[in-house]
Amino acid sequence: MENECSVPTACIDERQFSIVTTGKNKSRIHCADDSLAGAVSQRACVYSGARVVLNPVTDAVHLVHGPIGCAAYTWDIRGSLSSGPEMFRQSFSTDLKERDVVFGGEKKLVACIDEVVGKYHPPAIFVYATCVVGLIGDDIVAVCKEASGRHGIDVIPVESSGFLSGNKIVGYRAAGEALLKLIRPKDGETVEKTRKLNFLGEYNLGGEKWLVERYLREMGIEINVAFTGDSTVAALKRAPGACLNLVQCSGSMHWVAMNLEKEYGTPYIDVNFFGAANTAESLRRIARFYGDEEIVRRTEALIEREMERVRPVVEKYRARLAGKRAAIYVGGAFKALAIIRQLQELGMEVVFTGTQTGKQEDYEQIGAIVSEGTVVIDDANPAEIEKFLLEKDVDMMAGGVKERFLAHKLGIGFVDHNHDRKDGLAGFDGAIRFAREVYATTCSPVWERVKKNPFEEAEG
Amino acid sequence: MTETTSRAKQVNENQCHMCMPLGGVLALRGVEDSIALVHGSQGCSTYMRLANVEHFNEPIDIASSSLNEKQAIFGGEANLRIALDNVIRVYRPKVIGILTSCLSETMGDDVGRFVETYRRDREIGEIEIIPVSTPSYGGTHTEGFWATTRAVIAHYARPAERHRGINVIVPNISPADIREIKRLLDLMGLEYTLLPDYSLTLDRPFGGRYTKIAPGGTPAAAIARMSGARATIQFGLTCPDSLSPGRFLKERFGVPLIDLPLPIGLENTDLFVGTLKDLGGRPVPASLVLERGWLCDAMADAHKINAAARPVVYGEPELIYALAKFCLENGSVPAVIASGTQNSALSALLRPLLQDALEETIVLEEADFVTIEDAAVRTSANLAVGHSGGRYLTERQGIPGLRVGYPVHDRVGGQRILSVGYTGTLAFLDRFTNTLLEAKYGSYRRLRREELLNERGESNAKA
Repeated sequence: MENECSVPTACIDERQFSIVTTGKNKSRIHCADDSLAGAVSQRACVYSGARVVLNPVTDAVHLVHGPIGCAAYTWDIRGSLSSGPEMFRQSFSTDLKERDVVFGGEKKLVACIDEVVGKYHPPAIFVYATCVVGLIGDDIVAVCKEASGRHGIDVIPVESSGFLSGNKIVGYRAAGEALLKLIRPKDGETVEKTRKLNFLGEYNLGGEKWLVERYLREMGIEINVAFTGDSTVAALKRAPGACLNLVQCSGSMHWVAMNLEKEYGTPYIDVNFFGAANTAESLRRIARFYGDEEIVRRTEALIEREMERVRPVVEKYRARLAGKRAAIYVGGAFKALAIIRQLQELGMEVVFTGTQTGKQEDYEQIGAIVSEGTVVIDDANPAEIEKFLLEKDVDMMAGGVKERFLAHKLGIGFVDHNHDRKDGLAGFDGAIRFAREVYATTCSPVWERVKKNPFEEAEG
Repeated sequence: MTETTSRAKQVNENQCHMCMPLGGVLALRGVEDSIALVHGSQGCSTYMRLANVEHFNEPIDIASSSLNEKQAIFGGEANLRIALDNVIRVYRPKVIGILTSCLSETMGDDVGRFVETYRRDREIGEIEIIPVSTPSYGGTHTEGFWATTRAVIAHYARPAERHRGINVIVPNISPADIREIKRLLDLMGLEYTLLPDYSLTLDRPFGGRYTKIAPGGTPAAAIARMSGARATIQFGLTCPDSLSPGRFLKERFGVPLIDLPLPIGLENTDLFVGTLKDLGGRPVPASLVLERGWLCDAMADAHKINAAARPVVYGEPELIYALAKFCLENGSVPAVIASGTQNSALSALLRPLLQDALEETIVLEEADFVTIEDAAVRTSANLAVGHSGGRYLTERQGIPGLRVGYPVHDRVGGQRILSVGYTGTLAFLDRFTNTLLEAKYGSYRRLRREELLNERGESNAKA
């Protein structure tokens, strides 16, 4: 039942400042710090952050320099689709063994790079550093530089040793640095400016980039390259030629956008294609940037047509979902904000939310759009998630794989909004799919059945 | 049998194995009131949780000492102590297994000493802390599983009075398989201690609540008594001696060790049931004879279909040895038998099984899936039997897949995959045969047409 009168308490005292109730706590939420040891954080590591950002570069070889675990856990981890090359779905590891850790792994790394180049001739190799590599001091920068020269391709070090931080954002930065390195024109080369745009923080999960591309094309705008969904090395190298950068997943790409502006003078705007209202707003913002009347006219026509299509669907589900209570726990604030807005459009109340990597200003934004009394948690753990799902009497939760079965065990519906999902949730079509999924799980007949036990009395 | 025992190439491309602490996590789930704490960076425990959640479809909490740059330089003791404090506060476990990671091993943290100091400083009463060395570069999840099971036994076992019970030590099999083995033990009327028993902790019934530490698992008291058992049955023919829990009990406490293959297949199950009978179990009950009869009937009915199978069997050594035997007794000669683990026992065990076969089998150890895929294509394998890592065998090569082993994350119900005992073998046999049939019915019209007719639909035989 809702615990209106009291401030929510953490299961571990030290985490008390990472939990606030909107409208009640006047203090700021404690966030963006290292995870507390033993708290069973849902966060991952720096390597993980770098890997999820770079992995969708479809024709590059992603070579993980370290023992097997790091590669095995991230093999084909994303639902990113490719219109061509499938190299990114292969999992390459230097598979360091004890002797390599003792004597150093550089030789093995060189041999692995040579082997991969000889076999596949990839246009680029990303070499990811893992914990052990950082610790034993393998100089991956030097190895990559040397290999680059020898093979005449980009061999790019990604400095993503896991222990650098428990926060994926540090890994996003490492990936960003690698991308900037990749796209920087070589001496004497120039990239000509075009009327096309780059789409940053778009990973083509379930074909989402393709869907947005379809909308933009209808408006008369072309995508130059997406970072990094369905991208190729050659296409990324054309990135400086765009006239505009869209930034979707701000956590991973805001820093890259700032640097692209600094280095190539390309302005950027924030967009968000999750939810019909967000999509419409984003398309209008893009059209406004181009400032072309024909583009604006086409955009409005598209929005009107699509909204006509979405509205009755949302209304249908809203009738069943109005007043239901939702929880959201996801990696980044961008996603949390998008989901909150969509659930509110469906008539639901968000009573508990949080992120793994949110910053102070992100939480201020979240606080501004949720209703008073909502529990907001930074870097939550299963004990807290369970506690507040029950205390806030939640009907449905949105989150990633690790939260899914916790919700199910409590008889609470669950919507997957993670990076390995196979169905697109972006754009107008995604809004329809999302509404349907929220309904299907929140109002599933399963919950009523499984919560009843006809034999309870018999047991006495 | 063609052997290719060591990897010629350097790069591991599409892994057929996972890391050592992951196996440790599974084994610890089989100990009552226990929780695993990975001494390493935050990512390790999160990734292991993810891998397990996807396979078992259960919430799985693994603690981490969340090491960062500072600790990588100055040592991880302080963080490990905080982690232990917090895990004890929130989870109230009776047992904490500390699994080391690549990071903490490379840093050289002396976890054994940390634990001693911690115990001395804190009043934690009955809580047991079991450190296990599981650096990812030291082996695969298979070795991690055995090493942890052995460490748990070594931690508890004391000289105990001899008793009638037997020990049963299982490798990494599904919760459903563990339940079936227990059912057979009960049917045969034997007292036993099975370790690790995660049949309930990793496959929990819906209950409307989430208990932080799942009920179930082998109780500490039972583990302590394993040293006094009449015998140990260990499904560990491929378990290296240095990691063997059964061997430890034999050498330290004189408990006779009976190493058996996993009871998958008619012959292997007969061997298990026969052993139980010899160990003083009751005569094989009529119900079990019936189960055996149904399996035999199914083998007879499906034998010709199965004779057409040229499966590629891959995964952990213990499982693939049993599966290979199952295939051969049903007339299917494996095209490829492959493990990501390097295991000196496996090839020697397979050799006598394969020597009379009319067709060749390629045996691969320390293999990755690029090597396996290549071997499967060369041998025209027509069925892929193993975990989700083999998905490309189906996706890219069109070889129909049958999921068994660990991890299975592209199907539901990894925790319920039943393959042991007569009943489990029968279920597995039906899946095996039906996968072949589905592929056959889905393609034979097209294949025969392509083979015998030209584009105009006329016979392409030369006049």
